[in-house]
Amino acid sequence: MTTRQTSAAALRRRRLSTAGFHAGAGALSLLWLLPIALVLVTSLRSFDDIAAHGLGSWPRSFTLGNFRQAWVDGGQQRALVNSLLVTVPCVLVTLALAAMAAFGLSRYEMPLRRTLLLLMLGGNLLPPQILLIPVSKLSELMGVYDTLPALIGVQIGFGVGFYVFVLHGFMRSIPVEIQQAAVVDGAGPWQIFWRIILPLTRPALAALSALSFTWIFNDLLWAITVLRTDTKMPITAALIGLQGQYVSMWNVIAAGSVIAAAPTVAVFLRFQRHFVAGLNLGAVK
Amino acid sequence: MAVLTTAARKTTPVPTPPRGRRAGGPRRTPPLVLAFVLVPLLAEAVWVFWPALQGFYLALTSWDGVSAPRFVGLANFREMLHDDIFRTAALDTVLWLVLFGGLSALLGLATALLLQQERRGVGFYRAALFLPVVFSLVATALVWQAIYQPDGVLNQLLQAVGLGSLRHAWLADQDTALYAVIVPALWRQIGYVMVLYLAGLKGIDPALYEAAKVDGAGRWQSFRHVTLPQLRGVNAVVLSVIVIDSLRSFDVVWSLTRGGPYHSSELLSTYMYSTAFQSLRLGYGSALAVVIFLLAFGVIASYLVRAFREAD
Repeated sequence: MTTRQTSAAALRRRRLSTAGFHAGAGALSLLWLLPIALVLVTSLRSFDDIAAHGLGSWPRSFTLGNFRQAWVDGGQQRALVNSLLVTVPCVLVTLALAAMAAFGLSRYEMPLRRTLLLLMLGGNLLPPQILLIPVSKLSELMGVYDTLPALIGVQIGFGVGFYVFVLHGFMRSIPVEIQQAAVVDGAGPWQIFWRIILPLTRPALAALSALSFTWIFNDLLWAITVLRTDTKMPITAALIGLQGQYVSMWNVIAAGSVIAAAPTVAVFLRFQRHFVAGLNLGAVK
Repeated sequence: MAVLTTAARKTTPVPTPPRGRRAGGPRRTPPLVLAFVLVPLLAEAVWVFWPALQGFYLALTSWDGVSAPRFVGLANFREMLHDDIFRTAALDTVLWLVLFGGLSALLGLATALLLQQERRGVGFYRAALFLPVVFSLVATALVWQAIYQPDGVLNQLLQAVGLGSLRHAWLADQDTALYAVIVPALWRQIGYVMVLYLAGLKGIDPALYEAAKVDGAGRWQSFRHVTLPQLRGVNAVVLSVIVIDSLRSFDVVWSLTRGGPYHSSELLSTYMYSTAFQSLRLGYGSALAVVIFLLAFGVIASYLVRAFREAD
């Protein structure tokens, strides 16, 4: 009788704590999602509605025209293309280069390999501010200032060190015996890299590509350092331009923000697991 | 407690195998593999190492970007001593480090503790907190700018709850601009720190908590004596990430206030950028960058020492 009573009390207590958890975590999530909901709603309201009732009021209109305005008149279409023209090659080339270097450093007895590894990581940890002026002058000197290749170059050069470090840690954990068996079978370094190590590194590569996509896509600082012409700017810089062009037309600015955020949110939702794994790869090792 | 500490010691990593065995491959490095390492290194040398060296040299010059740089020694650094804007920017950077860094670490840990248990619905809560991490800071900033507007949500909310007297042009007021900028930065960073801590919490051996329970430890005690010590590794990473991120912070301030009004939300990074690319004082800008570098260096060095030990 008494045991049944205590177990009933325990059950009630557990239910109560579960309800408490959901109330707390739910409220927190709601608070977190509120700004996102606000920008979505604002992007669908008409200018007159916002002007008459204020940004914080309940919406009284619905239009998709803001997106058209940001997309066509605001130049976001071109900016999005620019962003993808920079981001996609950057992700591919950086990861290819980093995988090569990590392979060499982790699978071969190479003189100075630890020093090289840490030198490369150190380069990525430098505050970019120390590089801004020399990089903008260097790209002028190389004749690529104000072109997308300059932005691609600096993104690759600055990013590669971190990916080498992460991939090195991953490749190091692949058993030696696999490689030795391949050597016995007469495989050269290229075959070992391409047929054995790279396929085994796929989880890390997937995680890093999801991560680097958002990092490069979201960059502002490098873009405004090596680019000058408005029509060449990627979407982050164009978004600031949009804000200047449509001062206080929050409906258009909100639509622009939604357009600028959509690709990375899509990548996140599609590759959520990889994405989170990527953040941990570099850190909790 | 005795049980606890021995158990804790047991989870420390097993001794590493002798050096040299791990690489396994041939003793002589094939030329192709050498090229594999040298090509990426060259890319980084061109875009990072060489510019960095130039940056240090330029800090000792006066340069308008057109005529040749003129060597002036430490004059730029002497000028900083009397530069009020520099002082504001340095103080704001420290404040940013403490507030943005400290709060994102604390709240990141708190949310991770709240959401660490696998139970129904927790995935949604995690995703909600994590979603802002994928936004660009520019988009984040614009969202919050709409909230901070005179007719924006924040002011209307204050009005609605009867605190209308607190209504404010949050970003246009020197007293509130910096804090108004920190909030969106936090909104975005907390989810990231939470992920790091979630992974760290997952890595803690449940046996440690059992042992603590057997020893009669309460919730607070097992947090204090099991969780916190076990998170030491993650804490070091979070600290490095936070300091480096704080010193790099640029996008969110630049898109919200550009350091204004009257430099009240100026950080060293925004001051460096506007000095170099708007005032075209490239030498002084480089010297400011060197200051940022020196502040970051301590953290980078300790991070590298950690990485050095692990890379072995």
